[in-house]
Amino acid sequence: MTSHCAILPVLDDDDREFELDDYEGVTARWCPGCGDHSVLTAVEKLLVAEQLKPEQTVFVSGIGCSSRFPHYLKTYGFHGLHGRALPVATGVKLHRPDLEVFVVMGDGDCCSIGAGHWIHAIRYNIRMVVMLLDNSIYGLTKKQTSPTTPQGFKTNTQPFGSFLPALNPLTTTLGTTNVSFVAQTAEWVPAHLYATLRAAYRHQGFAFVRILQRCPLFTQGMYDEAVRNPGMIELLVHDDGVVAPELDKIYKNRVAHDPSDLDAARRLAEDGGHIRLGLFYRNEARARYDLLRKPPKVTSSERIALLNAELDHYAV
Amino acid sequence: MTAVAVPVESGLRPAPTVLKRPEHTVEIVSDSGEGAQKCGQIFGAVSAKMGNGVWTVEIIPAEIQPPPRTAEGASGNRIRFGTGPVTNWGDETNLVIAFNEQVLLGRHLLGTMAGDAIVLLENSWATNSNPDIRAAWDKALAELSAQSYRIIEVPMEEQCLTIDENPRKGKNMFALGLLAYIYDRSLERIEDQIAYAFRKKSEEVFQRNVALMRLGVEWAAANLDFRIDVPTHPPTEALVVMNGNEALGMGALASGMELCAMYPITPATSVSHYLAEVFTKFGGILHQAEDEIAAVGVAIGASYAGKVAFTITSGPGFALKTEFIGLAVMTETPLVVMNVQRGGPSTGLPTKVEQSDLLAALFAEPGDAPRVVIAPATIEECFHSVITARQIAETFRAVVIILSDANLSTGVQPFPRPQLKKEWLAPELDLAPVKEGQRPYEWDARMGTSTRAIPGQPGGMFTVTGLSHDEGSKVAYDAGVHQHSTAMRSRKLAVLQQTLLRPALYGDQDGDLLVVGWGSTKGAIEEAVDRARAEGIRASSVHLTFLSPLQPGLKEIFSRFRKVMTVEINYSDQRGDPFITEENRRRGQLAMLLRAQTLCDVDCWTRVPGEPLRPGLIHKAIRDAALTPGGDQP
Ligand SMILES: Cc1ncc(C[n+]2csc(CCOP(=O)(O)OP(=O)(O)O)c2C)c(N)n1
Repeated sequence: MTSHCAILPVLDDDDREFELDDYEGVTARWCPGCGDHSVLTAVEKLLVAEQLKPEQTVFVSGIGCSSRFPHYLKTYGFHGLHGRALPVATGVKLHRPDLEVFVVMGDGDCCSIGAGHWIHAIRYNIRMVVMLLDNSIYGLTKKQTSPTTPQGFKTNTQPFGSFLPALNPLTTTLGTTNVSFVAQTAEWVPAHLYATLRAAYRHQGFAFVRILQRCPLFTQGMYDEAVRNPGMIELLVHDDGVVAPELDKIYKNRVAHDPSDLDAARRLAEDGGHIRLGLFYRNEARARYDLLRKPPKVTSSERIALLNAELDHYAV
Repeated sequence: MTAVAVPVESGLRPAPTVLKRPEHTVEIVSDSGEGAQKCGQIFGAVSAKMGNGVWTVEIIPAEIQPPPRTAEGASGNRIRFGTGPVTNWGDETNLVIAFNEQVLLGRHLLGTMAGDAIVLLENSWATNSNPDIRAAWDKALAELSAQSYRIIEVPMEEQCLTIDENPRKGKNMFALGLLAYIYDRSLERIEDQIAYAFRKKSEEVFQRNVALMRLGVEWAAANLDFRIDVPTHPPTEALVVMNGNEALGMGALASGMELCAMYPITPATSVSHYLAEVFTKFGGILHQAEDEIAAVGVAIGASYAGKVAFTITSGPGFALKTEFIGLAVMTETPLVVMNVQRGGPSTGLPTKVEQSDLLAALFAEPGDAPRVVIAPATIEECFHSVITARQIAETFRAVVIILSDANLSTGVQPFPRPQLKKEWLAPELDLAPVKEGQRPYEWDARMGTSTRAIPGQPGGMFTVTGLSHDEGSKVAYDAGVHQHSTAMRSRKLAVLQQTLLRPALYGDQDGDLLVVGWGSTKGAIEEAVDRARAEGIRASSVHLTFLSPLQPGLKEIFSRFRKVMTVEINYSDQRGDPFITEENRRRGQLAMLLRAQTLCDVDCWTRVPGEPLRPGLIHKAIRDAALTPGGDQP
């Protein structure tokens, strides 16, 4: 199937079968070694596996290295303002619940300038997949401190070391009313990354995935040890969690965790020296703003009749 | 229609004197929460329905519940009504009903009352058990009695207590009864209006309010020696009566927009109160976002996904939205922004009128972001401006800003009932595949426009971006691409301008002075021009609806007048003020714009009193400008 399939005259949607090149945009121009490449690969794999219609799929991003993401796909994309991807995604979904929406944000984007929107988007719990590509640094503007920069890490704006402890996006998310899906994965564990994104996509609600990510230029070495030594990583395992059996042999450090247990999720999300990957929390019973706000379909004539009745109240 | 039945035994009292007036202005003022506004709204609506021209303005204190019985705390309504059309709030009030002497004193000190005003004043305070209150009453009455007002003391509380044990709640309906008697309003219509105002309350509440209103009628009939006749002309065409914010909300419904995202801010919020009640049944969503930035972002996301959406705000919120407005311009996502202006800068005067966001509406964005700016001048135009705005936004993939203001938002006026049209409504989403090879920004150089693909359309997949981009929406920083795309975004305005009509002159085609206005000042300016012309002054006016692009022909029109002067509710330095020279003088915002655009010597007369401009003051400014030498346009 070629990428031009979509413009064939009358197509029975069900007949179409999408392959990788149906989703591939222009060649990604991230730095060699940037973790964003592997996220893009995992996402493309997911799009193929789930057979998402390219024209029904929208990637919304803010501004930053990671926010270039939509340009590298051949779906619809909205590359907007720094920190403001979530309001745009909210607007898309409120108006067009039929669209599949993915949001890509950097750590400065989501947890600093966009933090207000982030908290509220969790609460709205609109169905979308939200990827926080967390490289713990401002990449695009070249190495300034981000809210997730580890304390003591030297940056261009805090050259003697970042003053404050890092913000933990997992505890923030898990502490927010109406949270419905929180997972953490790492870009250098592709099988886990993919399995996590798949679980997020299948979640009915706001699926927040923090993806730990290496920046080869500005946080060089930050995850070297974790990449070399799987023992530093603790996998959260459960039949209802992120399931990637191919990792069993490599990652021996495992914690059984039932993702319906919010208290346990919050405890596990606290920094404890380990890097924990897996599904922290899932609850599909949460209130969903997109379902609560579905307006009825109204025809033009009905609209006019309704407005005429409305004007009657104001008639002289 | 039953006129008020006067329950007075004939012979016992002389018949009341009937004062015939072409128009009258009434204020009803109370402490917050005592319902004067409801009384005023009902009286205004009924007057309009009976065939008076009407303009009402809300009197709103700065605090929600200011301390009771203070001169600053007056809350209520001002209703100007006349035999002919009424286009503005006028100069001074002729009759005031006050629930205590302190709010009355407040109105007096602000200079809102005519010298011969009739005052109906609640008098229970004179005998209050609290000696401080009695002393305050005596002091205020001494000041007020020294004026030439006619003060009539009314035992409103005492009367209301015969029906309701909480007189605070009933006085407004009693006062409505007083007005009904004085101005001979139809009690049936008043009852209908009370029924509508209390439609969410019980039958018992309705009945009690009607009884209180009728008690007011009876008291007035038994005690007042005058009535006032402002002849009505029952309307010959169907009219509706509403305030500007309701009109904006209805305009949104009539334009077929389906999503409004907002964050509460006075005086814009009541548009959303109206929509919150009805929007869902029209298939719409009113989204209260977490802040203004999110609100405009949600509207842009919704517009991007298909149909034009809108956001409503006021000055401070507008400031927050500007980055996103720039993005909408850059991505050519259609968007309607309603800015119901208030006094500024900063949080300024939340409930009071000003026209200080004009230049911000035109220019406050990162970079060069041409957008359309329109300003309704009447309540009726509030309604129609939304339909126009949506159509322009959609046709040109542009941002359209509607500049309303606090005067229009709460002003109530009757206007011809709109004959709704299908063409006003946004077309249904067309998700047909895009034609092969079509690019997202394939600008038509004659129009500056391009056809865009929306999500769901096969074959049209592209990424919009706020970064400089080429016709394929590919990020491109080349000099040529940026020059061309900027020109195309700008060209839309030039093309739109060519479709606009030259503005119509009010008055003669030439003369000594042309007054140029925009927005809610229209009625007051035209009334002032009428008064000047009646004195033989050669003044005319022109009112601009489009501020970006400006309507065509202005330079030529200006050339026919010796002087051109804008009248605006924003700040300008006054000639003769210390430090002010012709070189450093800061001019009114429209004056600045017109000078730049026409190279004419446009003068300005502006004030920022936190209230609508009074025709009397504009009239004086016209006289001063027209009768002094100078000007002489090139
Ligand atoms: C309003 C605004 N402020 C600041 C910037 C500059 N800016 C661009 S990207 C960025 C930070 C990027 O860091 P992050 O969000 O962590 O994403 P990354 O580049 O690391 O993927 C900043 C501050 C901007 N574009 N807009």
